[in-house]
Amino acid sequence: MRPLSTCMAIALGLGLLSCGNSTTEEKLVLTGSSTVAPLVSEIGKRFEEDRANVRVDVQTGGSSRGITDARDGIADLGMASRSLTSEESDLQTFTIAFDGIGIVLHQDNLISSLTKSQILEIYTGDIDNWQEVGGNNAEITVINKAEGRGTLEVFLDYLQIENSAIRADSIVGDNQQGIKTVAGNPNAIGYVSIGAAQESIDAGVPVRLAAIDGIEATLENVQAERYPLYRPLNLVSKDTPEGLTKTFIEFARSPEVRDIIEEQNFVPFSP
Amino acid sequence: MSPFLRDTLLVVTLRSFAILCGAIVLPIVGFLFLEAYPAIEKIGWVSFWRDRSWNPTEGAYNLMPMLWGSLFVTAGSVLVAIPLGIGSALFSQYYAPPILARLYRRLLEILAGIPSVIYGLWGLVVLVPLIWQIEPPGTSLLAGIVILTLMILPTIALSADASFSKVPFAYWQATTALAVTRWSAIWHVAFPVAKSGIFAGILLAIGRAIGETIAVLMVCGNVVEVPNSLFDPMRTLTANIALEMAYASEYHRSALFVSGLLLMAAIALLIFLAEIVNRRGIYE
Repeated sequence: MRPLSTCMAIALGLGLLSCGNSTTEEKLVLTGSSTVAPLVSEIGKRFEEDRANVRVDVQTGGSSRGITDARDGIADLGMASRSLTSEESDLQTFTIAFDGIGIVLHQDNLISSLTKSQILEIYTGDIDNWQEVGGNNAEITVINKAEGRGTLEVFLDYLQIENSAIRADSIVGDNQQGIKTVAGNPNAIGYVSIGAAQESIDAGVPVRLAAIDGIEATLENVQAERYPLYRPLNLVSKDTPEGLTKTFIEFARSPEVRDIIEEQNFVPFSP
Repeated sequence: MSPFLRDTLLVVTLRSFAILCGAIVLPIVGFLFLEAYPAIEKIGWVSFWRDRSWNPTEGAYNLMPMLWGSLFVTAGSVLVAIPLGIGSALFSQYYAPPILARLYRRLLEILAGIPSVIYGLWGLVVLVPLIWQIEPPGTSLLAGIVILTLMILPTIALSADASFSKVPFAYWQATTALAVTRWSAIWHVAFPVAKSGIFAGILLAIGRAIGETIAVLMVCGNVVEVPNSLFDPMRTLTANIALEMAYASEYHRSALFVSGLLLMAAIALLIFLAEIVNRRGIYE
């Protein structure tokens, strides 16, 4: 077993090297939603700037993981891109921002606004041609999100249906895949984070956001609580936060990070 | 160090390397079993092929459409890639001018080196809209087969090419002396000599096709239904794991490990079948 022991010695040596100066350091671990993580990373960087011995460690893995990790104490805080369910009511949530979910259509699609019931009928398969909602005579390609995603849960919650009721033609993972799929299919309909959609539109991707019941999918409308389809971006904690954790939550909800939140196309939390 | 000691050291080292390589699969399968066990115990084996659908958050766990999806897309791509790969290897080895053959090999090597996520992106942005023009939605079994064919073609073509190039020159001299036609020489001399190499290449290709994740995830549409035509969307077992693992908890998560077990079982079956073919004399 000589080679094995050599390997282990090397691994151990590396491990020792990397944690050589961690004795004086305070570390904050956050895990969870891939929507919240990039935002919290940026907030974390600014948080570290004024605190030389603090390190903020952000890991992604989905809202469910964030909630599980916070409950098990693996992470100091979990990140969740949805409200907690009744089974998760043992945890405390701290909203740091809001994210609107937009209906995305191809640029060439003539439809500018859909009603909630039209969206429901399109997704359940009762409407399968754009003609029926005033568009071209073309079959609708329905794009849904994979089971377990935060966006999917918010969307289902909004329409008040179960995922098995949806008749999808294509199922995507993240926002980017959703946007690219719509961009490649003029008759497709999908739903993604408004922030991600806006970024792609600004970059020239041939998609656009449809209004719901005549209300445009803009950050202003989300902020004013006019736009109906949105979700909170939450930090989740098992116990009442103390010390560094508490300071971080207060920091993430303060005006000091407002520009970071707006830069990422989210709507800041306003108490 | 005495020569004897050096030799012993070498043997010990090689032995432990072999043990390490051979045994590496065991803890992985063990881990899969351990993670899948809660689902198997609680949900039961039967659910995985009898439930009405795959909706883990609603307690339905049918994995069969995804097993079929994996098998269809793999079989389709392998069936296309075998004649293409072997045919082009024959051309480069026996018919092409040397300069063209060299260019062909370099191009295939580049094709083999392209990461799968690039194939997936290309498929989503170029191939899927093309298929959409024939029949919507575009993300389909066909798109998966085309992408996988491109990915495994170099494996089959290059291994066939290398196997053909190892056919001893004396054999060719003999066929020429007997005034045998070129095709006859290829069919009766080159193929029997090269078949073990070609077979190994095909096996590797099947393994790559069935295990491919990100590229098929991007172009296949991922709807959990057994496809009725080439233009229907479908989901593979690998895509199922990749799409949902990060967001799954409890039995949903455990059921995804059952997907992994099923995939391992499919691959084990494949190796078993290959072993049977092998007994009929592919490897001498």
